[in-house]
Amino acid sequence: MKHLLTIDNVSRQAITRLLDDADEFVEVLQRPIPKVPALRGKTVATLFFEASTRTRMSFEKAAKALSADTISFSPGTSSQNKGESLKDTALTIKALGVDLMVVRHEATGAPWRVASWVDLPVINGGDGAHQHPTQALLDCLTLRQHFGSLDGLRIGIIGDIRHSRVARSNVSAMTTLGAQVTLVAPPTLLPYDTTGWPVAATSDLDDALPELDVIYLLRVQAERGGASVFPSLAEYRNRYGMTSDRLHRLKPSTVVMHPGPMIRGIEIDHEVADDPRTLVLHQVANGVAVRMAALFQLLGGGSDD
Amino acid sequence: MTDTLIRGGIVLTAEGPVAGDVLIQEGRVSRVGPELGVEHSDIIEAGGSWVGPGFVDLHAHLREPGQEHKEDIASGSGAAAAGGYTAVVAMPNTEPPIDSGHLARFVVERGREVGLVDVRPAGCISSGRSGTSLAHIDEMWEAGVRMFTDDGDTVADAGLLRRAMEYTAQLGGVICQHAVDPGLAAGGHVHEGSVSSRLGMQGVPALAEQVIVARDLALVRLTGARYHAQHLSTAGGVRLIAEAKEEGLPVTAEVTPHHLAYDHEAVRDTDPVFKMMPPLASADDRAALVAGLRDGVIDAVATDHAPHAAHEKDVPFEEAPFGVTGLEWAGSVVRTVTDFDAVRFFERMSVAPARIAGLDDHGNWLAPGVPANLVVFDPDGTFTAERTRSRSQNSPHLGRSWTGVVLHTIHVGATTWSETLSPETAA
Repeated sequence: MKHLLTIDNVSRQAITRLLDDADEFVEVLQRPIPKVPALRGKTVATLFFEASTRTRMSFEKAAKALSADTISFSPGTSSQNKGESLKDTALTIKALGVDLMVVRHEATGAPWRVASWVDLPVINGGDGAHQHPTQALLDCLTLRQHFGSLDGLRIGIIGDIRHSRVARSNVSAMTTLGAQVTLVAPPTLLPYDTTGWPVAATSDLDDALPELDVIYLLRVQAERGGASVFPSLAEYRNRYGMTSDRLHRLKPSTVVMHPGPMIRGIEIDHEVADDPRTLVLHQVANGVAVRMAALFQLLGGGSDD
Repeated sequence: MTDTLIRGGIVLTAEGPVAGDVLIQEGRVSRVGPELGVEHSDIIEAGGSWVGPGFVDLHAHLREPGQEHKEDIASGSGAAAAGGYTAVVAMPNTEPPIDSGHLARFVVERGREVGLVDVRPAGCISSGRSGTSLAHIDEMWEAGVRMFTDDGDTVADAGLLRRAMEYTAQLGGVICQHAVDPGLAAGGHVHEGSVSSRLGMQGVPALAEQVIVARDLALVRLTGARYHAQHLSTAGGVRLIAEAKEEGLPVTAEVTPHHLAYDHEAVRDTDPVFKMMPPLASADDRAALVAGLRDGVIDAVATDHAPHAAHEKDVPFEEAPFGVTGLEWAGSVVRTVTDFDAVRFFERMSVAPARIAGLDDHGNWLAPGVPANLVVFDPDGTFTAERTRSRSQNSPHLGRSWTGVVLHTIHVGATTWSETLSPETAA
């Protein structure tokens, strides 16, 4: 594996290997000194062209737990404001002396463009509404820890699928690992054409609800035109929100997940967010371990692929 | 001016293709026939290639004035000549836009100074391409403009378009529409379909073309104006034009080489060299375009040659400007992706576009007396597109292999391109 740009077409075996490594790093992170020297002397650069704190912090924590150095770039404080191109920014940061880049960008495909310019391993930290592979890995790790396996799990991904890179990545990863995925969203927030996607799709959450083992909620992305694609936030909550009422209609074994940041009162009620069946904080913790596994594999410490 | 003899070609005449020679004297075809043994002529050996009327492009962005870092009339004319073109209609979305007589005259004059192809500007429909008030259609008409378009933008205001049609109908001009409904296409970078859904990119629905064409056809019925649908991209668009022609409306249409050659699967790798408006649509749409061009529902191939500088295109897909180049390889792409015989090929590449643009000196089947604007085209030669005389490199055709080679281009009797010339010396 030279890059981690997409989880599409990554084999079950390769995903499993990453999750196995991540499980070991979960153990590392629980030690009194949660750090191993695997990537000592390496430098990981995070290039986040789109606002993000948690994902960047997670990557930086992962790199540091492997003893790598980190440098970070964000456009708010840089020459990008002065009109520098993405290509020049990437080449400049490479020239500083880095071994791997994590790229988040609002434009679909931007991490691929960067990879074509810099000849370094690149991890896609999220591009447009396209891919976010480490998010899918951490979600799968969380489910594997909880259920033992994803085989046969019935997972509902609920919300703004159309604009969600989390949904696209998770559809691939979860189905590759044997889960059955149902997309639940108002018609305006389902992808236009899901021909060939290994999923079912519906706009009726209450119909799908009793079957599901996993409720995977997506944030309502007001900044992506949420307001113009459904009538009101109240309407959205009524039809697609994980309300306390819906929580009580779930199977007792069903869990609730969310990639964060959660908007309480819209896609998830206060009571649900704090319920023990909600795994959000496990997801966040697993994010560090999964990103350690990805960095470890790409920077030469991992097995060949 | 020396005489030129093109010897041993398949000559495209009004009676069809005939084996023979073409003699050019004083900038005109003087004789067509077998074995015209003439002394003291420059001789071009056609070697069995097609000798036909030079290609005519209804749709090129030559970028001058104002965006000469992308292209100018000299570099664009060079690319056109290398592609077998003898006349090019230059789109008016320059800086400033071509919306008045003196600006139109500037483009004509620059084209004449360069002298490689006849450059005829299209004029704006709306002043400054604002979409709100009529441009100086009368002045531009006086300057020789026959086609009017806000290309790059759709004339969305049906009231404005109606007035433009009423105006051009009495003159005899053609209203050309970049038919992409701005509301349906808002935020879109690619065709709305399986690929856009996978990529999570905002799509442009096929209907964005159809709702504009359908609306415009209603205005054609009202006004009687000549109407030309630019760069058709969908099966639905082709169907609407077919129905309009059946109805007898004065309607024509064009398709680009890239819409004939590729579909939206090409966008999967998010390489901006495949980004253009309208976007590459589905395989079914592509098949409908090829069939429409074969059947004559689509009258002409038009390049939509849209140069952009390397730094403008070497960015993420969604940040790149729309448009790709293609003047040099249009004939080759059409030859490669269609099964047209010589007559149909030249009809779509030259005769029909010249007729639509009102370019009487072009698109003439070869016969004594017609202006010597012609091309020698080897229909069976193959090559890999590797070099360009355009100032810009943003062509999906580069690096690919094609069938059909432009051997010689002759403009008013003078050779403007020979395949044996290097791009440097030919420019």
